[in-house]
Amino acid sequence: MSTAFAADRRDVTRSARSSRLTGWSGRSLIGLVLAGATLFFVIPLLWLLIAVTKTEHELAVRSPFALGSWDTFKANVQQLFEFQSGAVVGWVGNSALYAFAALVITLVISIPAGYALALTEFRFRRLLMVTTLVVMLMPNTALVLPVFLEMNQVGLVGHALAVILPFSFYPFGVYLTYIYFSTSIPRSLLAAARLDGCSEVQVFTRIALPLATPVVALVAFFSFVQNWNNYFLPFVMLPSSDSYPMQVGLSTLLSATPAFNPSSAGSGSVHLPALALATIVSMLPVLILFLFSQRFLVAGMTAGGLKE
Amino acid sequence: MIELTTVRSAGSETPSRPAAGGGREEQARMSNSRGTRQTARSRSIGPLFITPYVVFTLAFGVIPGLYAVYLAITDAQGGFAPTANFARVIDDFRFFSAARHVAAFVVIWLVALVVLVVLLAIVVHAIRVRWLSSTARLFFYIPGALAGASSVMLWLFVLDPVASPVGPLLRALGFDSFPSVIQPSHLPLIFAIIAFWTGAGGWIVVMYGALNNISTEIMEAARIDGASPVQIALHIQLPLLRKWIAYMAVLSLAAGTQLFVEPSLLSQASNGVVPNDYSLNQLAYQYAFDLNDFNGSAAISVLLLVVALLLSAVFVAKGGLFETEDA
Repeated sequence: MSTAFAADRRDVTRSARSSRLTGWSGRSLIGLVLAGATLFFVIPLLWLLIAVTKTEHELAVRSPFALGSWDTFKANVQQLFEFQSGAVVGWVGNSALYAFAALVITLVISIPAGYALALTEFRFRRLLMVTTLVVMLMPNTALVLPVFLEMNQVGLVGHALAVILPFSFYPFGVYLTYIYFSTSIPRSLLAAARLDGCSEVQVFTRIALPLATPVVALVAFFSFVQNWNNYFLPFVMLPSSDSYPMQVGLSTLLSATPAFNPSSAGSGSVHLPALALATIVSMLPVLILFLFSQRFLVAGMTAGGLKE
Repeated sequence: MIELTTVRSAGSETPSRPAAGGGREEQARMSNSRGTRQTARSRSIGPLFITPYVVFTLAFGVIPGLYAVYLAITDAQGGFAPTANFARVIDDFRFFSAARHVAAFVVIWLVALVVLVVLLAIVVHAIRVRWLSSTARLFFYIPGALAGASSVMLWLFVLDPVASPVGPLLRALGFDSFPSVIQPSHLPLIFAIIAFWTGAGGWIVVMYGALNNISTEIMEAARIDGASPVQIALHIQLPLLRKWIAYMAVLSLAAGTQLFVEPSLLSQASNGVVPNDYSLNQLAYQYAFDLNDFNGSAAISVLLLVVALLLSAVFVAKGGLFETEDA
């Protein structure tokens, strides 16, 4: 309620100000900046959605935003899915396998860990907290080659686990859970459950966990998006095309596109529209998630941040 | 306060529940001895819950880092050679050119981020029509769905004058072919544009949220004193955004030094016009996979790791930025 009130008041004061201060020129400047930025962010995606309805020849000769035809779209779909006898289906399957397996392990590890950090005592808690923050703020690519060298030493390179296990180490998820448990769950509630005879494990599974559904969803969202989009780690860990996720598969498709790589012309090659379609396939799950979860995304980015 | 309110807003049902346990709470407080036992018990569950995470932290955070350090200070036979690997990779003529490439990219990207993200956030925040403002934010942040290879792939199309949606613009600038667009001297700018297109929207939304948090009293007072929107932006909004700008800049700087996907794909797409050792991470990859020189690869990785670690640690250590202990 109070925010709605504040917003109303802001609107009132803003309109009062604009009549006084922001004249015609100010508003058109704002409009110009806004229009330019919108075009910059929207045009590439819009073009991509249209490109898949055209043939390679039409892409070159027709206007960039002229629609192609449904039949051409179907032909492009067919070409993409016939590439290396259905390799794309396998790649999408691999992406799903890696992202979901890592998601499950991440949740199993991170949620109890965040709970323990927030509500229990143990040795080296402070050290673990600092380590979590530091690793969380590091770009995840920084550890890719070191993890590869380690995996190489233990002989896991090329195995699905070489991707799934590093994916499952997710300090940011632990941090989000920690914040949630330390701010949103009253300790007295847990104490009451203990008085009623709940064991410590039951306190967690019956009281804390059901209350933590929002943060579980948040961690799941970020973990999935990050792992689905990860390129560097699987690129380094997996030598064979059969085990590629879709992101790495894209680079194989790229090498088979004569428009970019003239030496690849031949029967097994891919045309530009099919490559554009592959790009859409590679981003579709995350794009759908994004459309419905702006609030999630912002909550996560700011949770890594600071207090005002 | 921002993160607390936003995370909490995701779980809007929670606050109503605790009331149910109110009476028992009293009992708990009254019986002191029981209280002590509870603390003892909750101490006993902590290690159990934290152990799997500690194992993963060691296995995929600490040990790989230490192992890379070990490889970097030993030779191929395992003998102690504290400086040889570092000297070898730094003497490699490709090392400094790669470092220069990365530096050029990071500078352009950071300047673009700081200037344009703040500008766009303030502009979007100044829009009075609510649906227009939220639609603009949605448009800005949607490209964030295409991280990694997908967004690079999309930009390959945009940069190829033959198929590009901005083909006429590229040709007007004098670029008739893909190789002429991706000349080496253009690459830092191109990578910065790709990274900006992908990541800026999320930050704009974050800055917008921070702007919303500035109290209306301050803004009103400034207006009454006769400040223009530009003066308000410069003297009130900008200083209050400073922490967030620092946060964005540090994270982006650390991420920027890791440049890999963009040049790696562009190198494939350009048939070698873009070298496959354009960035430091690519060079480290080349050492491991082409030269089979794991020690050299580890040396470069360690250098990059130290940069990332330092930036992140300095940021964490700077007090007040993170509420790490029980608030």
